[in-house]
Amino acid sequence: MSASPYYRMVFMMCAGTGCIASGSLDVRDALQRELTKRNLQDEVQIIMTGCNGFCAMGPLVVVYPEGIFYNQVKPEHAPLIVEEHVLKGRIVEKLLFKEEAAKDRVPLMKDIGFFGLQRLIVLRNRGLIDAENIDDYIARDGYAALGKALEEMTPEEVIDEVKKSGLRGRGGGGFPTGLKWEECRRYSNFPKYTICNGDEGDPGAFMDRSVMEGDPHSVLEGMAISGYAIGAEQGYIYVRAEYPLAIQRLQKAIVDAREYGLLGKDILGKGFNFDIAIAPGAGAFVCGESTALMYSIEGKRGMPRIKPPRSAEAGLWNQPTNLNNVETFANLNPLILNGGEWFASIGTEGSKGTKVFALTGAVNNVGLVEVPMGTSLRSLVFDIGGGIPKKRKFKAAQMGGPSGGCIPTDLVDVEIDYESLLGAGAMMGSGGVVVMDEMTCMVDTARFFTNFSVDESCGKCTPCREGLKVMFDKLTDIVEGRGEEGDVEFLVELGHHINGTSHCGLGKSAANPVLSTIRYFRDEYDAHIRDKHCPALVCPDLIDFVVIDEKCKMCGLCYRNCPSSAIIWEKKKVARIDLEKCTKCRTCISNCRFGAIR
Amino acid sequence: MPKISIQDLKKIKEREKAKMVLREGQFRARITVHMGTCGIAAGAREIMSVFRDEIARRDILDVMLTNSGCAGLCAKEPMITVELADQSPVKYVKLDKDKALRIFDEHVVGGTPVEDYALARGSETMAT
Repeated sequence: MSASPYYRMVFMMCAGTGCIASGSLDVRDALQRELTKRNLQDEVQIIMTGCNGFCAMGPLVVVYPEGIFYNQVKPEHAPLIVEEHVLKGRIVEKLLFKEEAAKDRVPLMKDIGFFGLQRLIVLRNRGLIDAENIDDYIARDGYAALGKALEEMTPEEVIDEVKKSGLRGRGGGGFPTGLKWEECRRYSNFPKYTICNGDEGDPGAFMDRSVMEGDPHSVLEGMAISGYAIGAEQGYIYVRAEYPLAIQRLQKAIVDAREYGLLGKDILGKGFNFDIAIAPGAGAFVCGESTALMYSIEGKRGMPRIKPPRSAEAGLWNQPTNLNNVETFANLNPLILNGGEWFASIGTEGSKGTKVFALTGAVNNVGLVEVPMGTSLRSLVFDIGGGIPKKRKFKAAQMGGPSGGCIPTDLVDVEIDYESLLGAGAMMGSGGVVVMDEMTCMVDTARFFTNFSVDESCGKCTPCREGLKVMFDKLTDIVEGRGEEGDVEFLVELGHHINGTSHCGLGKSAANPVLSTIRYFRDEYDAHIRDKHCPALVCPDLIDFVVIDEKCKMCGLCYRNCPSSAIIWEKKKVARIDLEKCTKCRTCISNCRFGAIR
Repeated sequence: MPKISIQDLKKIKEREKAKMVLREGQFRARITVHMGTCGIAAGAREIMSVFRDEIARRDILDVMLTNSGCAGLCAKEPMITVELADQSPVKYVKLDKDKALRIFDEHVVGGTPVEDYALARGSETMAT
């Protein structure tokens, strides 16, 4: 029994004298009949307004929330408007006012690849709310899911709904969230805790940052729902120290929620107590690992521990603890409001819902994209990402950061879901996608990620601590021209040892960038080792810095940009590089449009 | 501030929805400056000041100026969204002070979107 129906669309119809004279009341009646016929009368509201001013084009109908202005509407247009606009969300072009030329030439969001192909669940409020205004969040159904859970559902029913949805952990692990909550609920050792992992350590990933900065309440609401489900009254958000704006917005959100009684004691008068504290990180990637994170909150050194017991049984301060990623929590409001079945209707068989990706690297539309699971990588990079800039070609996409692998051109049609990516030797990870073109060296890339893991290893396990360093040194040898026959086989064996015998997720996946690049780009490794040449022209010691006469178009760009004046060139002459002065900075290579330097 | 109930949540939602729909006559236009970390890094704070100063200088009372988080297309920041009461919202990209001033003059006050700087109009697709 609802107090007032929630209208998702409003038709503002002009009932000024002019429009009444041209029949606006008949149009209203026709629209009302059509809506009732389709049982939409509770979703679409018709409001008669005063004179709109544009009497010559009446009857007029303005449709909100889009603000679409239909003119010269007739009663016989009613079925078309209801069918197309109300049901299918498509604007009825022929009823649009045509003379405002600018309006027509600015394309619709839906028609732009970047926005049109996205489906927002996690990012549902992006660009639409002031993150520091709790009322903006409430206006878009904020906290209604918490209200529904407290008023109409038992904790077990909430868990059931999450299980039904098929939601899997969005931090990279992909563990079914419903099962995690169910296990945590089982233990009756109080107090229990629920934690939000906002550490987001992968280089190039910023999905969680955007949610924490732009929609902090969605995280708070998700955590409160998890607290209700598992029986926890205290939540912690672990935010990496490098996100000061996120920390500030979350703090304001917590203060505002407390003021409204949406956090604290007796929330919404339903007898449920729940509060949240923020625990900032201090710059350690390994603290994104759930057990290390909990030690960090306890004030101890962030090092992962042996499991069992799993954190659901004994985690923070040895109490039953649930931990989920920011994105997982942000899914909960729509999930509870629309139901687990709705959520499960999106995505693939094994991976339900949507995923937010941070699209970066050699791609035109760098940004955050949310797509249904099962979208192809090709669609992500080309249709949404707008393709590769500077007319270069796609070479690979690194997915999953330092724990992930590359997807090469041959596999670009892979459907993005947890299992397919694992099969291709990569992983979903937290959602960072780094697009690479032919000017990227895969050996150099593998070395970059290995270096990162060397720095971030906690040091407990010898394979990770020592093995990664050995791996890094060997890769350094290769890129500096000291590679030897057998090195690749050595790296593969070492990589499998590291992955197979390290204790935590960091070590277990740290060799993936190397293993994955060797799997798909073996020829590049061979070129570095046997030919002492870097085909992508990235590794300075493996570039000759010699101009290829036949390819030189004598444009002089290299000459003009060289910071060391090491290029000799005159108009209508082929350029030459003076190796005495050359510092191997590669500015000439980056500038040359004809690939004329090797 | 008294604690709210589920009924209060519904009331707040109705009240805010009315404001946002821009038909109550209170606001004629809304400018949203997108200020996630990407926007701020690209110079969104400056754009915000430009609008604030213009609104003050011209003594305008019916334009809402607000901010939001990242709008998603980080490569083209600073971005703003201009929504007039009778038009679909228009997203502008890659702005600087001069472009912002022109948009304020021609679109917010004048009513005509500035095609040159506009990326798209309308709203994003929700999965619900």
